[in-house]
Amino acid sequence: MASAVPAIVARGLTKRYGTILALDGLDLDVPTGSIFGLLGPNGAGKSTTIRILTGLAAASSGTATVAGIEVGLDRPDLHRRLGYLDQDPRFYGWMRGRELLELAGRLSGLGGSDLRDRVGDMLERTGLAAAAHRRIGGWSGGMRQRLGIAQALLHEPAIVFLDEPVSSLDPEGRRDLLELISRLRGETTVVLSTHVLSDVERVCDRVAILDRGRLVTEGPLEDLLERHARPILRLLPEPGQDRAVEILVERIRAVAWATSVTTDPGGLVKVAVRDAASASGSILPIVVETGVRLASFERARPTLEDVFLELVGPPTPDDLDGRGWIRPRETRS
Amino acid sequence: MAGAGTLLRKELLEQWRTLRLPLVSVVFLLVGLGSPLLTRFTPELLKAVAGDQLPIQLPPPTAADAVDQLAKNLNQFGALVAILLAMGSVATEKERGTAALILAKPVGRAGFLVAKLLAIGVTLAAGTAVALAGAWFYTLVLFEPLPITGFLVAGALDWLLLLSWASITFVGSTLTRSSVAAAGLGIVALIVIGALSAIPALAPWLPTGLGGPARAFALGIPGPTVVTPLVGTIVFIAAAGSFAWLSFRRQEL
Repeated sequence: MASAVPAIVARGLTKRYGTILALDGLDLDVPTGSIFGLLGPNGAGKSTTIRILTGLAAASSGTATVAGIEVGLDRPDLHRRLGYLDQDPRFYGWMRGRELLELAGRLSGLGGSDLRDRVGDMLERTGLAAAAHRRIGGWSGGMRQRLGIAQALLHEPAIVFLDEPVSSLDPEGRRDLLELISRLRGETTVVLSTHVLSDVERVCDRVAILDRGRLVTEGPLEDLLERHARPILRLLPEPGQDRAVEILVERIRAVAWATSVTTDPGGLVKVAVRDAASASGSILPIVVETGVRLASFERARPTLEDVFLELVGPPTPDDLDGRGWIRPRETRS
Repeated sequence: MAGAGTLLRKELLEQWRTLRLPLVSVVFLLVGLGSPLLTRFTPELLKAVAGDQLPIQLPPPTAADAVDQLAKNLNQFGALVAILLAMGSVATEKERGTAALILAKPVGRAGFLVAKLLAIGVTLAAGTAVALAGAWFYTLVLFEPLPITGFLVAGALDWLLLLSWASITFVGSTLTRSSVAAAGLGIVALIVIGALSAIPALAPWLPTGLGGPARAFALGIPGPTVVTPLVGTIVFIAAAGSFAWLSFRRQEL
């Protein structure tokens, strides 16, 4: 049930690893019963935030409460209220799926027929019933991820932290999980970390965007779209006009009303504009002048991806480390 | 120590499923059976190999020699097994991420460590029991019967000695994410304590001081007091466990 008291409150949460500033003064309020998306590129501080809030890492400074309990290391009282799925869930290979869930349930205080029923139900809901008696060591990455979700939700915690929960799932598994998360709305607070923006749009009602350890923006999804997304014009040129399209893109970039122009590998040209109505009238003459033939032209509703790119922007090569992750900021303190 | 009982069951199941418990039992059984056999037949083997070239006359082996051989073998193979059992117990779980899986549940870190150390203790106890049973039986067959109660007490003291090697390795496993580093700490402790046991004032307080009383109990003869090394070893194990907990409770996973 939604409540006025936030499920999670963080104030000035900071995490340093030596000279690396992984999290920089994060302030966050997550409403009870919401499905909260934590967005950001790799290395933005999403996992660090979740690890601190789940008591697996300690903040260098700042405070946070989860379900009214101050977070910290070695806090069984905190863990009684939460469920956690790691971005790369690891299990005991010698254990069977059902045994793992029974262990997780017992550790969370379940027992007897209640435990048996919940384990059976969770195995069904995550599509693992048929594999439940096989050793986890032989399971696929997707199956392990579903098992991770099952163990996180088994004891019906007040707050669930899911760090990249769909990264190893096939499209069907992804759809099923998002439906499972949607059904928790209003009953359980879900913090969902991901960089798959369409998933966030599908299930989250609030979103926070992190970039290099800093909170860039936070709020209800619709508000963010309203506040930050520029109107978008989408142009799809017919194939085989690469040179003409290049000229078209250059010409659009030169006009004052276009705030950004991007092209994707499929040839789609996306133009963020200040005023969609006047831009729609101005862009077509440019298309005609450059001689580009269009397969389609539309005024699109801005998406979370547009907001994300507007606020975070694509990384430059200097921003990336050897793994393709955004380099964190460094600090002298 | 929330969850310690559940975790102990999991640890024992792990010891069985990963074959640690059966393998340790087999190794210890071989040690137990082999010690009286080696004692009994070494003079004959030497005689067969060296013939008249053997410059000394070996005295006939006795049950006391068999007990000494058992103690020597347990101190070597047993200590090695204790270090192998403890080296990865925490370090591997931290490195693989399974410690985070468990400790994100309502489980105290003290309970997590206690369950692991107890499971190692159970495996070593099973191994020591089969070694002692095998040694007692072959000593009976090849030499003479030894007092069962005394042999049991000696076994308990041998077990405590092995547990002390495991506990110091366990500290290493808690401090690092590397089981090799943990094993290194166990081996260094083995060497340092071995060296310290040469100091007469210190020797009775060290885990190695259990050897003398254990021998006396096994043979049913008077020997040095067991109280001093017993207290020293229990304090040693408790201190190692406490140090492991103090370190582990502040660690990030």
